[in-house]
Amino acid sequence: MYNQTEIIKDTSELGADGELVINMGPQHPATHGVLHLVVTLNGETIKKIEPHLGYIHRSIEKMCESLTYRQFIYVTSRMDYLSSHINNLGCALLVEKGMQIEVPDRAKYVRVILSELTRIASHELWLGAMAMDLGAFTPFFYAFREREMITDIMEDTCGARLTMNYIVPGGLMYDLHPDFQKKVKAFITQFKSKVTEYEDLVTNNVIFQSRTKGVGILSAEDAISYGCTGPVARASGVSCDIRKIYPYEVYDKVQFDEVLETAGDSFARYMVRVKEMNQSIRIIEQLIDNIPEGDFVGKTKNVLKLPKGEFYTRVETARGEFGVYVVSEGGTTPHRIKFRSPGFSNLSVLNHISVGSKIGDLMASMGTLDLVIPDIDR
Amino acid sequence: MELKEKIAGNEPFPGIVHDTPGGGIVVSTFDSIINWARSNSLWPLSFATSCCGIEMMSTASAKYDFSRFGFEVARASPRQADVIIIAGTIVNKMAPVLKRLYDQMADPKYVIAMGACAISGGPFFYNTYSVVKGADHIIPVDVYIPGCPPRPEALLHSLISLQEKIKLGMTREQIRGEFKG
Amino acid sequence: MTNEEIKEYITTLAPAATFDETGEWLNIMVTAEELKPLMLALRNGKMQMNYLFCLTCVDFKTHLTMVYHLSATSHRQSIVIKANLNLEQPVIETVCDIWRTAEFLEREVFEMFGVHFTNHPDLRKLILEDDFKGYPLRKDFEDPINMIKL
Repeated sequence: MYNQTEIIKDTSELGADGELVINMGPQHPATHGVLHLVVTLNGETIKKIEPHLGYIHRSIEKMCESLTYRQFIYVTSRMDYLSSHINNLGCALLVEKGMQIEVPDRAKYVRVILSELTRIASHELWLGAMAMDLGAFTPFFYAFREREMITDIMEDTCGARLTMNYIVPGGLMYDLHPDFQKKVKAFITQFKSKVTEYEDLVTNNVIFQSRTKGVGILSAEDAISYGCTGPVARASGVSCDIRKIYPYEVYDKVQFDEVLETAGDSFARYMVRVKEMNQSIRIIEQLIDNIPEGDFVGKTKNVLKLPKGEFYTRVETARGEFGVYVVSEGGTTPHRIKFRSPGFSNLSVLNHISVGSKIGDLMASMGTLDLVIPDIDR
Repeated sequence: MELKEKIAGNEPFPGIVHDTPGGGIVVSTFDSIINWARSNSLWPLSFATSCCGIEMMSTASAKYDFSRFGFEVARASPRQADVIIIAGTIVNKMAPVLKRLYDQMADPKYVIAMGACAISGGPFFYNTYSVVKGADHIIPVDVYIPGCPPRPEALLHSLISLQEKIKLGMTREQIRGEFKG
Repeated sequence: MTNEEIKEYITTLAPAATFDETGEWLNIMVTAEELKPLMLALRNGKMQMNYLFCLTCVDFKTHLTMVYHLSATSHRQSIVIKANLNLEQPVIETVCDIWRTAEFLEREVFEMFGVHFTNHPDLRKLILEDDFKGYPLRKDFEDPINMIKL
């Protein structure tokens, strides 16, 4: 049970300089989910941060050992629920690789468009939530205005707003809604006209800049050693975009830049994500007019069985590299499945970048690491 | 059903207005006025564990605003909140925390279980060793919202149902008795 | 480097290693004692494998297998290192001092499978409750209330 005495440790441990141990408990309003941080403070300076995880551990890896290869994909939607299409895509790619299934071109194009739309939606929500953590309420509503346009498009085509189960091994579950192209183009026009709004409101704001510049600095060697991927590593200068290095689907046919910054502080992580949204719009513009006609799903057997062996696939979600590792003994269910989640490694960096700074800087660092806790606990 | 008629026949303001020269006099019972005031200003506790939390945030934002029903300020501390909306799965490690938050809230307090995970464990029902199969094993729940995740309109419908339930002024056992008989 | 060159290089470092090329990447099976010197050489030697992207354990009912996926930011080639452990007393040396990401990953393997890592700075439960009994991801984990036997 939850011990009352856990809140302050024994007084014999209070050093001469009066250390204080506080809990940023599992329920806190910084909308990141249930993360329990035990912070050791000396006045306002942080001496050590220890994350306690497990408050949303739903034993997904054990559960997937009893689900078939068509069923385990829906569970990954609920792990990192802000990039649900991209997680589903990673699992579908693994099954297709293992069983040598052909995916038609129409399905490939639509999968990439949906992945990029999901990436934009995830970054919008991150922007709103991070600005709210730092005390600014207005960007939250502006970000949700764009996000609602994307969820409208998803609802017409996929049937659900948040946990869509649309990408299946072989292609897509149903064909596109007839209004899909029109609505995506309307979204692109709206997004481009609002980019200057975000710049004026948040990026050029003096208070925001002074709260995030020079805060939470992460060097490139540390980023690689701690296994960070995604915007966290790219802001320190490490080139790690899976879409460029190990391209999958049609990413080798589109032109886009990998966004790198060298400063490694919170402001750099913020700028990387904002520029990534613009690159995603560029990818969607190149693909939306050229969706080929044809089938939306390839031929698959009814019962999927992966051959005996091991398989690993990786995709680039909004947070970093998401990997799926399956050990199969030839049956209809996996023998062991492991999800390499990007948040797990990104969280381990939090202690390293916050030691020695003030507790107010902790919110800026944590906000720019973009953690989604169910992804970490699985 | 008698309960439904009681709710449907609700006047917007509890009380009868008698017109007298110099103004009007409102005659009512204290109970109806207190219930009306309570139901129109419930402050939720921001408690979101997983995916349903995002739909709760969508309901709070400008398109499906829930502050027009009185849920404007989402308090961070349980001591200042009236309603706890359990949005997300409850696992064995989180259960004592939830009980502690519920105990820290002051009476009268209400609970809404949002999503399939909070009602019964949801998609994580079979073969999981760490999921509590339903939040009502921990605390008593007033309104259940099905869905995975439920649409923002479903959450608004449940908030309106909770308001009607409060205006009735009956206790949990009385409501259960009414529906059984 | 081609697979043949890698195999020769590894055999100079760990003479008893066996290779398996059926999968996508080269799989190298070593014993638990040879693992740490091999990892040090791979990180600091000419291959410069500075990126450990997946560390996990698989239960094959008769033994446990630790699996390490390594890659390098300079040449982007990946290899897989495996080591077998026995079920009663699984003990292996930690790789935390080589790649800092292993701290959390090894804690997770410890609580889910029961593998003990020597010289780990802080080996205790990370995700499960402190008084949880048993090792959940092992195949012989008994939980009659929640698990349906297949």
